[in-house]
Amino acid sequence: MMDEKIERLCKQLQEGEFGDVMIVGGGISGIQAALDLGTAGFKVYLVDKAPTIGGHMAQLDKTFPSNDCSMCIESPKFVECSRHPNIEILTYTEVDRVEGKAGDFTVTLYKKPRYIIESKCIGCTLCVESCPVEYPDQFNQKISQNKAIHIYFAQAIPLKPYIDESCLFLKDKKCAICQSICKTGAIDFDQPGETVDVKVGAVILAPGFEPFDPKFRTEYRYGEFSNVVTSMDYERLLCATGPYEGEILRQSDKKHPHNVAWIQCIGSRRVTPGDNSYCSAVCCTYTQKQVILTKDHDADAGCTIFHNDIRSYGKDFERFFQRAEQLPGIRFFRSYASIVREDPVTKNVTIRYSTPDEGVKEEEFDMVVLSVGLNPPVNHQALADTFGIELNEHGFCKVNPFNSMESSRPGIFVSGAFQGPMDIPESVFTASGAGSQCGQLLDHRRGKLSKERVYPQERDVSQEEPKIGVYVCHCGANIGRIVNVPSAVEYAKTLPNVAHAEESLFICSTEAAAMLAKDIKERGLNRVIVAACTPRTHEPLFRDTLREAGINQYYYDMANIREHCSWVHSKEQEAATQKAKDIIRMSVARSHFLEPLQEIDLPVDKRALVVGGGIAGMTSALSIADQGHVVYLLEKESVLGGIARRLRHTIEGMDIQAYLQDLIDKVYKHPQVHVYHRAVIKDVAGYVGNFTTRLESERGLSELKHGAAIIAVGADLYTPTEYLYGQDERVLTHLELEEKIAAGDETVTNAKNLVMIQCVGCRNEDRNYCSRICCNQAIKNALQLKEINPEMDIYVLFRDMRTYGFKENYYREASGKDVKFIRYEPEQLPEVKLVEEGGKSVLKVDAHDYILGDKLEIDADIVSLAAAIIPNAASKEISQQFKVNLGADGFFQEAHVKLRPVDFGAEGVYLCGMAHYPKLISETIGQAYGAAGRVLTLLANDTVVASGSVCEVDHNACISCGACITVCTYGAIEFVETPQGRKASVNPVLCKGDGLCNTKCPTAAIQLKHYTDEELSNQIYAALH
Amino acid sequence: MSNDKKFTPKIIGMICNWCCYGGADLCGVSRFQYPPYIRLIRIMCSGRVDLQNVLQAFANGADGMFIGGCHLDDCHYITHGNYDALSMVHIAKKLLAHIGINPNRLRLEWVSAGEGIRFANIMNEYGAEIMGLGPLGKGEGIDLDEMKFKLDAVSKLVPYIRLVERERLRIPTKKEEKYEAFYNGEEFDRLFNELILDKLAISEITSLLRVGPLSTGEISEKLSMSPSEVAKHMIDSSRYGLVRYDPGQNSYALA
Repeated sequence: MMDEKIERLCKQLQEGEFGDVMIVGGGISGIQAALDLGTAGFKVYLVDKAPTIGGHMAQLDKTFPSNDCSMCIESPKFVECSRHPNIEILTYTEVDRVEGKAGDFTVTLYKKPRYIIESKCIGCTLCVESCPVEYPDQFNQKISQNKAIHIYFAQAIPLKPYIDESCLFLKDKKCAICQSICKTGAIDFDQPGETVDVKVGAVILAPGFEPFDPKFRTEYRYGEFSNVVTSMDYERLLCATGPYEGEILRQSDKKHPHNVAWIQCIGSRRVTPGDNSYCSAVCCTYTQKQVILTKDHDADAGCTIFHNDIRSYGKDFERFFQRAEQLPGIRFFRSYASIVREDPVTKNVTIRYSTPDEGVKEEEFDMVVLSVGLNPPVNHQALADTFGIELNEHGFCKVNPFNSMESSRPGIFVSGAFQGPMDIPESVFTASGAGSQCGQLLDHRRGKLSKERVYPQERDVSQEEPKIGVYVCHCGANIGRIVNVPSAVEYAKTLPNVAHAEESLFICSTEAAAMLAKDIKERGLNRVIVAACTPRTHEPLFRDTLREAGINQYYYDMANIREHCSWVHSKEQEAATQKAKDIIRMSVARSHFLEPLQEIDLPVDKRALVVGGGIAGMTSALSIADQGHVVYLLEKESVLGGIARRLRHTIEGMDIQAYLQDLIDKVYKHPQVHVYHRAVIKDVAGYVGNFTTRLESERGLSELKHGAAIIAVGADLYTPTEYLYGQDERVLTHLELEEKIAAGDETVTNAKNLVMIQCVGCRNEDRNYCSRICCNQAIKNALQLKEINPEMDIYVLFRDMRTYGFKENYYREASGKDVKFIRYEPEQLPEVKLVEEGGKSVLKVDAHDYILGDKLEIDADIVSLAAAIIPNAASKEISQQFKVNLGADGFFQEAHVKLRPVDFGAEGVYLCGMAHYPKLISETIGQAYGAAGRVLTLLANDTVVASGSVCEVDHNACISCGACITVCTYGAIEFVETPQGRKASVNPVLCKGDGLCNTKCPTAAIQLKHYTDEELSNQIYAALH
Repeated sequence: MSNDKKFTPKIIGMICNWCCYGGADLCGVSRFQYPPYIRLIRIMCSGRVDLQNVLQAFANGADGMFIGGCHLDDCHYITHGNYDALSMVHIAKKLLAHIGINPNRLRLEWVSAGEGIRFANIMNEYGAEIMGLGPLGKGEGIDLDEMKFKLDAVSKLVPYIRLVERERLRIPTKKEEKYEAFYNGEEFDRLFNELILDKLAISEITSLLRVGPLSTGEISEKLSMSPSEVAKHMIDSSRYGLVRYDPGQNSYALA
């Protein structure tokens, strides 16, 4: 039997490569899916047609709304992928054919020749220098030149050059200079392309998007006027690794533009041929980001934005918009704008636009940025044909309206922007979600092909004199523009025991990490300091590099000279440089006392707890349970379903109640899911992999042990106090209106005039955020009403219509059906009043029409209010029980807004659904699968690694006073009998490393390792001397 | 160094990884600006900040010391170490005031990982405050050597203070109101005077005597203490066997 199995496996291996999941597209979505699945025990192939992984995110300068450096947060993931034992990266590779069915696909890949023998190439780039062919650099949007042989970008994976079609030798058999210059003989012009068959059980399609090409329409003048650029071009102009090293320069004269204009909705929200009818969902906010960054580059720059609605519908987007809007010299004009002419001498560009007060105007700008939208990937039809999937009318993947990761072909999942325009966090959690669904399909083969990571034996350096290496990072220009990096390096060299110091453009790049590992070995370094960004994001990466280099990872220290220095003292270069030197000196002083520490493998309880039995919680619970784990599902009510119980249809017309009932049935029928109704959590103890939650429910008191938890408690609905709500029964919320429509209530369906008022209870001082879903809900209700009663006059009083993505088409449909959209400003809110007319009390709505400039008075039969979504009332308590954070608006705060959208800072706890922020059902489901996928990365493993930074007692110094024991609520310290008598002793598995005991011990006998008295006092001393 | 040179405060900050460090990071990510006075040290919990760290910072000339933790009841750890940071800071401020150091130089704040702007605001406001207080010692008009001497004496007392905190100053319920009421109340004043100040005086006296024998009058002058107070402490310390009286010299020396 066993032999048979082995034989079969060998046969399969002979036939081709063998894996679990193939991910097509190596952008941030594909990367996330690969990391999740690899960590959850599957062998993954990550395929990209580009010469590297990274996708469009690698081209961005910063990411909104946190303005994190895009490459800085993405490139550690490149390194993680390339080091992952279960991920095989295949770049410069296209998919040729996909045969078979879910669970058993054969994918035929074509590896394009790079004309470089990768095993021989040492990445010295001499070939690049010697190549005579200058060729527009694709990574830099063809603004600057690169060579025919080149590395795609500095952090590329693999960091090897490739030769493109512009090569003279490939074209005419001329040149071959590079071949003669290459010392290792790595260049092979005869290298053939290679066809490989890979057998996998599932495929995730993550090909991303293509920026809209404004050349399709001559009116945009792109390619014609030299100072008209796209927003993608502008990202590269802003970026330190861009065509002008982070200087924003005009193509025409290489001068700084001081007066820049952005035109929104280029290629989006337009029905003209060549444009897209949908909203591209990201352009409003990325433009605001570019405005803020432009002001960072040049504080006196004037920025003008010609826009339609401002769609700040995401978490923290509203504040981000306000931040951009409040900068000096910024003008937002709500107007269509057209590019009329270019000055033949100055090459300035004139824009024509209209204003409410002054009519049509023209204005000249130094540079115009076209905020281009998101198109489906190039060759999407060929892609669809290859994979045998259907597309929607826009050329994006046709997905299940409830489950956006499900394509029309079983076993082929889709994540990221191929589902439709979306931002990075959505691309990330749909990747985790697609991963979870692959896991559901392939759970039976989990772990069969996966491998463990193997590190070299650690070198014992504890007896050696410290030999410290200091690496100071420019972070492109993020640090180098402010802090004088070379002088910091010189200074570091003067510090005691510093054996080596050098600077790096991006120390987090794979190349730099490899160099670092090599340096440690060759120079015999036994302490490493990286002066760069924050340890909260980058410490794991560098610790891993130390392990690769064979020294203990706790010999690493990070000097944060970016978040805590260059970014916060950007106008004081000298003082910032001095501070950076001080920070490095403190780090060096500390590193003398660093000790090698061993991490502990803790067992993982394989069960999961899901808090909240709405659509989010149930979806997560089922996905986890399908992968073989027991799930405890807690619901505070006596029925499952959450707020979805009150919803009828999605805007696409899908029946929510049918879906919900089906989901509830599946939950109750699933043998692995245990539902606790009317559950109230008493307390939560433990830590990642080992939680104990006590609760009271209709089953009585329970104590549940679990390894992971998902918080899916949803949100509440604001009860309006405005617009006579609660005082007149004709004033409803949108949700109540939906219920009345479904119930066929004639007071609603027979209304002559119905007025909807948007943004009730949010986008104001009390709640400075947008509730995201209300515009869709208004349009959904309006369309339904128009269908039932086409004669009804429906007015929507709005501030910005935020029907992002494909929902825009429904907005257009509603306009076409004569739903009247009337904009109002927060300074001039609509007014709802009761007037006695003819013995009846009549509901009247006053509003100001900005387009006609008139006052409007509407007699309303029904007024429907877009009541805000507000955080769940229990959020505060739950956040305290699980030791997780709430954000400024009271919603649960994810670990990182872009790249860890469903994780919490506290390990082992995840979130999804409206607990995170208001969202549509399809988005909630995507996030719920995402959270499940993240849970599996934990529960699929038998152990979780606990930090080596725990407390330890020196029994010789311990006076057995018990001061440490009384403060340790983890119960990690107890008395033990020792040869010296009864002494306090720490159980390192229970110790969480907070170090409170350290400050209570009268004899300094107990010390928190990695934060010892000695280490801290040396840091303090060094800071002051 | 000339006196006209602009005073640039030196501030030590010890901030917890989970909240305040995150807030400081977010502050950077958001590009909120603040003056470059502070040098930050990452610790896992504000409860890890030791009284000894505070004393060391001032003894080494820090013009300010900042401690940042999670908001109360939001500590990442179930130890709620930020309450201990609160106690420690109250005790430390009292000691600093006793020594003659303006207690406002020591600052404790709660900043969550989402409060980048709050971190910047605090840094701006606290930086200005320290600027206003002037350099350590000079601002207070106290002699630096004398101040260091006194900080050293407190430093020696830290193990004892830990004992006092544990036995007499610990508040059973972790509630902000209770902590504030206790540490701003008379009971704390009384306990502090009784349990800590006497010990501190003796610690200072023994430190002085380490250099050489001194008469009661000399001690009283050096420590600006009334002769009767000194006499009382000398009798106590003789009884504990810490010092001995040398009738020939009419002075006290270490036993």
